Formats: sequence, C-alpha cells, structure tokens
Amino acid sequence: MIIAIASGKGGTGKTTLAANLAKSWEGPVQLLDCDVEEPNAHLFIRGTKLEETSVGVPVPVIDPALCNLCGDCGRFCRYNAIAVVKPLPVIFPELCHGCGGCSLVCPRKAISEKQRRIGVVETLESGDIILIQGRLDVGVSLVPPLIKAVKARLDPALPAILDAPPGTSCPVVTTIRGADYVLLVTEPTPFGLNDLAIAVDMVRELKLPFGVIINRAGSGDERVNVFCREQDIPILLEIPDDRRIAEAYSRGVLMVDALPEYRKMFLGLIDCLMKTISK
Amino acid sequence: MKIAFTTSGDNLEALLDSRFGRAPKFLIYDPETKIIEVIDNKQNLNAVQGAGIQSASMVAQSGAQVLVTGHCGPKAFQVLKAAGIKVYNTDAPTVAEALKRYQAGQLAEAKDSDVEGHWV
Repeated sequence: MIIAIASGKGGTGKTTLAANLAKSWEGPVQLLDCDVEEPNAHLFIRGTKLEETSVGVPVPVIDPALCNLCGDCGRFCRYNAIAVVKPLPVIFPELCHGCGGCSLVCPRKAISEKQRRIGVVETLESGDIILIQGRLDVGVSLVPPLIKAVKARLDPALPAILDAPPGTSCPVVTTIRGADYVLLVTEPTPFGLNDLAIAVDMVRELKLPFGVIINRAGSGDERVNVFCREQDIPILLEIPDDRRIAEAYSRGVLMVDALPEYRKMFLGLIDCLMKTISK
Repeated sequence: MKIAFTTSGDNLEALLDSRFGRAPKFLIYDPETKIIEVIDNKQNLNAVQGAGIQSASMVAQSGAQVLVTGHCGPKAFQVLKAAGIKVYNTDAPTVAEALKRYQAGQLAEAKDSDVEGHWV
C-alpha cells in the first residue's frame, strides 16, 4: 500500500502529516522523503543510517574518431544539451536529462554514456520506521531521476508513505505516480485553496484516488470546505490550529509524541485509508 | 569573412539586439560580396533551456567567423569558442553602427562571456 502526500502550496504540513502518520503506524512502515531538494523528514524521524548510495544519470560522450558532425543528436535533444559545431560537438551535461535518445539516433554509433552524479539516496532506521530519503547535490537541477531512485528502494511488501515536494510539476508527478491513494494537504486560506484546486486538477489528470487534509483548521475561512463539498472531495482530517503543535514542531518533536491525544486522530486516518484502499 | 549580428530587423539599419541566445534574428553580412542573409531564431527564442547553445550552433552553421552582439552568456560563449568564432561586444544601437565600429577596429575581442546565463 502506497500513500502519497502532496499539496499545491508549500508549507501546508506535508512532512508533518507524513511523519506523524509514520510514527502512528502499527508495525513496520516505510517513509520516503521525495522532496530531494530539501529533505526534512529526518529532522523529525531521527534514525541510524543503514546505507547511502550515489545516484547518477547517463550523459553522452562522443567519440571524435566516429563522429561525422551529421547533427542528428543535436536535433533530437529536446533539452538543447548538444551543440553540433566543427570540429567537435560540445556537450552540456548539466542540461542533459539522461534520456539516452542521442546515442540511439546516432547513425555511426559514436555516442557512449557515462554517469553524472546528481545526488544520494540514504536509508535510515528508527524503530519500526524505515526512512528512505534522496539528497540532491548542490547545483543540480534535475530532480525526477533522483526521486525515481528513492522510489526504487521501496519494498512493495511493506506499507509506504511518500512525502512529495510542493507544487504540481514533474517532481510531484514523479512522486505520486503509482500511489494507491493521494492525500492533499492544504490550509484554510485563499492561497491554500488556490493551490489545492491546481493539485486537484493534477491528481484527476493522473486518475488517482485522493482526499483532502486541512491543516491549521480554524485559522482561516470556510472556502476550502465549501470547495471540497461542491467538488465531492472527501475531507479525511482537519488538524486543529493548536499552538502546542507548533511549539513541539519548533523543537523537532512530532505532535503524536508531544501531545498523545492527537495519536487517536492519526489512527483514525490510517483506519479510514485502509478501508478506502481495500474497497 | 562573414560577420553575424543579433537583431530584430532584416537590414543594416535595423536595431542591434543586445541579447545573443534569445535574439529574434541573426543578420549575416559578407563584407566582400555585401550580401546579407537573415536567419530567423524563433525556435531558440522560445526554447525552455539552452537557447544560447543552439543559437551559437546556428551562427556556426551560417559560416560566420565573427559575432558582433550586445552580450553573450557562458554556455553560448563556450560553443562559439569551440567553433572558432570570435565574439565582439558592443552597445552600438544599430547593426550598421556595430559594423562600422568593428571595421574601424574600435571593438576588442571578448576573451570570455560578459554576462551570466539568463541575464535579461
């Protein structure tokens, strides 16, 4: 069972939800921090590192003895990573997305591939939680391949919670694709609603079942509730706007640990998810 | 020896465009034959990334050995250098004025890019 946690707007509480859900889970559970540009689940789930693997993407290398400057590779590359000029094409590895197309279209088989490192995947253990996180190297902008490497570590035999990056672009789509259920976290503000609507369009396009979690409920207005009612979207949980949650968070302490009364709320959510997914 | 200019127009009196990678057009001028060729750069103008790189390849394909433009970023410069094209930066308002300054020897050959990528 794979549950992905996404949001349109950033800072609505994806990691808060993911970490508390993982901590409330009964039995072994995997938490995948797919926000590889700034992973932060490890601030709340402090574990022992079991493994670290570097991840790369294949980038082209041109054999000058074989290249006849036909230009097929440069014309094929959507990312403009190859400039075919005399006397030798110039390659920009930082623009390459590693699709491998240039080596396929080269009629003279002049292109081979080498790995360019983009980051690491780390596996940590904390009690029943296996935390798998990606860390993109500084200066790298190619995110989806690292997210795929994080997801490749997922053991399908165990339940998994995927903490997505904010927004609705490629990194988010890469994260939530293949999930059994998507939880969209929002806040009851005009910004929260605006970005929630965009995220709803995204999950509908991907044909994934989803529900909404409202965080800091009571701090804004009712428009998110009205939107969900009109769109027939289930609101699975409303986390109250409780100062004590923020105080615990500021110390890196999860609400289910600092305020045990909230644990019941997350157990109820897990129960609800189990029932919905098995249906 | 053909000279490439960045511009939005199609004759020597047209304005010189200060951008290289996302210039609307390249005007290729041959001082010996006085023949002008205009290359549309629309495809690169709208590129998501790598506009300078592909603009540099286009200028190389045109046969120009000199580029006179406003500014040139690092990736474009790298390609132009690899292709053996000399780059000259100028604030001349028109192509004609840029040509005049180049031919009068008033422009210094650029040793490196003069702006960061995406400088506009």
